[in-house]
Amino acid sequence: MSDRNVSLSSALKYKGQGPYLTFILHRIGGSMIAIFVTLHILGTFFEMIGWQIGDLITDIYISPPFQIVFMFGMLFHIINGMRITILDLFPTKLIPYHRQAIVIEWIIFILVYGFAVVTTITTTIARMS
Amino acid sequence: MQTKARTLPLSKRGMSFETFMWLFTRLSALAMYGFIFIGIVGALIMGAQNDMSFVEVLRWALMPNTGHVNYTNVPDLSPYATMFWRSVASLFFFTAIAHGVHGVVVILDDYFATEIQRKWIRIINISLFVIITPIGLYVIWFG
Repeated sequence: MSDRNVSLSSALKYKGQGPYLTFILHRIGGSMIAIFVTLHILGTFFEMIGWQIGDLITDIYISPPFQIVFMFGMLFHIINGMRITILDLFPTKLIPYHRQAIVIEWIIFILVYGFAVVTTITTTIARMS
Repeated sequence: MQTKARTLPLSKRGMSFETFMWLFTRLSALAMYGFIFIGIVGALIMGAQNDMSFVEVLRWALMPNTGHVNYTNVPDLSPYATMFWRSVASLFFFTAIAHGVHGVVVILDDYFATEIQRKWIRIINISLFVIITPIGLYVIWFG
């Protein structure tokens, strides 16, 4: 068993560069997904059996501000995970280029996330009328 | 030195539980990209380009459950509620929850290092897994 014991606050203060940022964002995104999915399943189930708390959870989850924040964690986890998987499938060939891979990853992330944010806002406006 | 360790063949390294889960995390991620792809292609075949926005297709692709199409302009939800889509959703759900339960344990292990804390992390996670899985399947099949 490892004796590594780092508090979350010192982990966040660590002045790592690009690779560390993707590492910690991957963890934060993964934790967000785990909490979200658990509460979302429970919320939908409570709605089905007629408990008020279910409506409250769904109302929060369907609100655009929540979706915009959550999508950051979710899409980052998905796109960063794709980079990790591709690099780990071909380690000898691709690991030497891991910094370039992170740059490509950020470009893809910004494009997809930006488009998702814009359509979240435009869809909300369109559905209101 | 590090490069050497990385390219050591699996037969020499041995397959521990941790190595197996390391591999499983990557393979389950690949499988989930497959499910997302099926969801996007399926939605487009069912006419999503006219009735759904990009985020709505994304939401459907990330869990192909009819509830995720409820608030869109799709006039008829029945193609989205077939046995096929419920099965894809169930398989996706199993893969995601297995990937996630291990992931959460790995994260928490870095911040809680004593034997007793790690034991509780496992007990709580596995209990949640046992409770959430049937509820999730109920929502997918009867929602």
